[in-house]
Amino acid sequence: MSTTTITPREPSWILPSRGLVGVLCLIVAESAVFIIFVVAYIFYLGKSLSGPSPRDVLDIPIVSTGCLLSSSFTVYLAVAALRGNKVRLCSLWLAATVLLGGIFLGGTALEWRQLIYKDGLTIRTNLFGTTFYSLVGLHATHVVVGLVMLSLALVFALRGRVSEANAERLDVLSLYWHFVDAVWVVVFTVVYVLGR
Amino acid sequence: MADSIPLTGPIELTSAPKARPLTLEVLHDWVTTVDHKKIGLMYIGYALVFLVIAGLEAIVMRLQLAVPENSLVSPQVFNRMFTMHGTTMVFFVGMPILFGFGNYVIPLMLGARDMAFPRLNAFSFWISAFGGLLLYFSFLGGDGLYGAGTAPDVGWFAYAPLTSRVFSPGHSTDYWTLGIFLSGIGSIGTALNIVTTIISMRCPGMKLSRMPLLVWLYFVTCCMVFIAVGPLTAAQIMLSIDRYLGGHFFDTQAGGSAVLWMHFFWIFGHPEVYILVLPAFGFANEIIPVFSRKAIFGYPAMVAATVAIGFISLSVWAHHMFTVGLGPGANSFFTLATMIIAVPTGIKIFNWIGTLWGGNIHFTVAMMFCVAFLFQFLIAGLTGIMLSASPFDWQLSGSYFVVAHFHYVLVGAILFTIFAAFYYWFPKMSGRLLSETLGKWHFWLFLIGFHLTFDFMHVPGVLGMPRRIYTYELDRGWGMWNLIVSSGVIFQVLGIGCFVFNLLRSYFKGAIAGPDPWDAWTLEWSTDSPPPVYNFASIPTVQSRRPLWDLKHPEDPDSNYEM
Repeated sequence: MSTTTITPREPSWILPSRGLVGVLCLIVAESAVFIIFVVAYIFYLGKSLSGPSPRDVLDIPIVSTGCLLSSSFTVYLAVAALRGNKVRLCSLWLAATVLLGGIFLGGTALEWRQLIYKDGLTIRTNLFGTTFYSLVGLHATHVVVGLVMLSLALVFALRGRVSEANAERLDVLSLYWHFVDAVWVVVFTVVYVLGR
Repeated sequence: MADSIPLTGPIELTSAPKARPLTLEVLHDWVTTVDHKKIGLMYIGYALVFLVIAGLEAIVMRLQLAVPENSLVSPQVFNRMFTMHGTTMVFFVGMPILFGFGNYVIPLMLGARDMAFPRLNAFSFWISAFGGLLLYFSFLGGDGLYGAGTAPDVGWFAYAPLTSRVFSPGHSTDYWTLGIFLSGIGSIGTALNIVTTIISMRCPGMKLSRMPLLVWLYFVTCCMVFIAVGPLTAAQIMLSIDRYLGGHFFDTQAGGSAVLWMHFFWIFGHPEVYILVLPAFGFANEIIPVFSRKAIFGYPAMVAATVAIGFISLSVWAHHMFTVGLGPGANSFFTLATMIIAVPTGIKIFNWIGTLWGGNIHFTVAMMFCVAFLFQFLIAGLTGIMLSASPFDWQLSGSYFVVAHFHYVLVGAILFTIFAAFYYWFPKMSGRLLSETLGKWHFWLFLIGFHLTFDFMHVPGVLGMPRRIYTYELDRGWGMWNLIVSSGVIFQVLGIGCFVFNLLRSYFKGAIAGPDPWDAWTLEWSTDSPPPVYNFASIPTVQSRRPLWDLKHPEDPDSNYEM
């Protein structure tokens, strides 16, 4: 019986965590969805048959972009704090993340309000309207989903239900949030910088 | 098999006998289950129901086309039949049946107790099932509140601008969109689950290089699902925005592009073919070695070929669009990319033959289906190479030649290996063997029916018969060919009848299988049939690609020969 299948376990058998692999797969699939919307946006740049055009109506959303990008940093700090078992600090950073994400959404809301009521650009107006609202709206939907999950984490943290043991789960959530931020970098570049 | 000893009992078992549960308890158990085996069986059962439904739709089409100038069904009904047949077969038969087998066998093969995310698994199944119900609800609710319902009639790839509100009023197209959207979410969920299971749930010693090839094939398939189904989901969202919010993505009147839809659809559509065929290769990879009594020939080459197919298949989609007029550059690129895919596929066929070569071949029904698969898949690949040449495609694109080609892949290759998988794993799933006699009837009837239908379908295609026409004139000279094609359906129906009868009869009266009826080598055969809820009482440890071979032949373990 020198070599059979039933032998003592190899002690060094460690595989990647499920949460990490799962969220990376999700990010790949979501990226494919976003790529198609970005391609459609780029493909239809300048193909609208009527106005308004991006140059006429779009302002660069500096403040909300800054908020969203810095929220990536705060969520990182929240995870780091939880890894050090500093739950109060973690909830503080989570609250900051939710606040910054909220400001971003508010910025988008104000921008859309102006576009719709002042500039008369709706999803029906022209190809620019269709592609703009769907791309930015798809991203905003992801921000909303992320904010709901971050708020849940915040509520759990405030009620003392979160501990160092949950750091990996929060890490998985933070990866999703970083992805949402990274998508915004692409959307921002395409819509507000290159496409304007 | 002289020196090998089939297992006579499960290696480990800790189950206790239980009283017979009430029907309601059973139902509750199935609806709320997160067990990968039950979810796998539900996937398979649900796919079989849709297989019969979509088969009936095909029968309606073949009856209509059997003779020229037939008026059995109206053109509208014919359009609905081919739309529903295609959509159902791809999204609600192909995907769920493959995910069903994957769900069932992958954790068992990896020595795991369940999938990585059991609740996500249940969610993915139920959302896909709901998508299928929604698609078929269109028969009732497709026209909204007034009048009788209508099913979608835009073709399975639903080209713009046919799908716009003007040309497709009512809600039938929306049921199509939503059904596929939901099925896509379910597919991505299950694919994510399978990839995570494969990466994170392997038992000790199950290195990537020791995984059964089926698991490798599913790994590549599921990675492709992320990249292929995402664009389809995005395109469905765009179509819904066009139809409900008045967007202009595919509205040519407002500057939108109908060709963009074609690109988006086929960026999904062609990888989808490989998503369906790779698991089928996986079945062949498990079944052919076991019934040749040899280890698979060229394991690393098989893995490399699979990964190569995965990558190349992402760059071939526009070969569906040669007749659009893409220009010489794009035509050449997509022609060459499509032809290159024949190389890794050829490696696979070579390796399967290498496995058979010199083997002690056992012609069980599962093996017969696999051997038929080898020949038929080769022919399907050859007509594929013919169609990949863009000038040839200009002649035959949109003809019955194309229909014959892809049915050769979908039926001749994929469905045949799925049948093989049923004969191979049914004993594991139910604890009873399928009848080999009925199985041989099933095989020969279906084989004759398949060849009558799909061999002869190439001919009217070459003679110029376009697909999606509901009838044709007497003087075209297509009548005899279509009659032969339609007559094959009778044999196919008889074959499927044998199969369904075999499933039902063997479930109740089949011979008891025992844990390892085929003297096989992968881990699923080391546990009881059907496996207990926890799969393995203690997690196994493996040291080669064929752990059960090592167990049965401790004097000559595989690990001595593997790198």
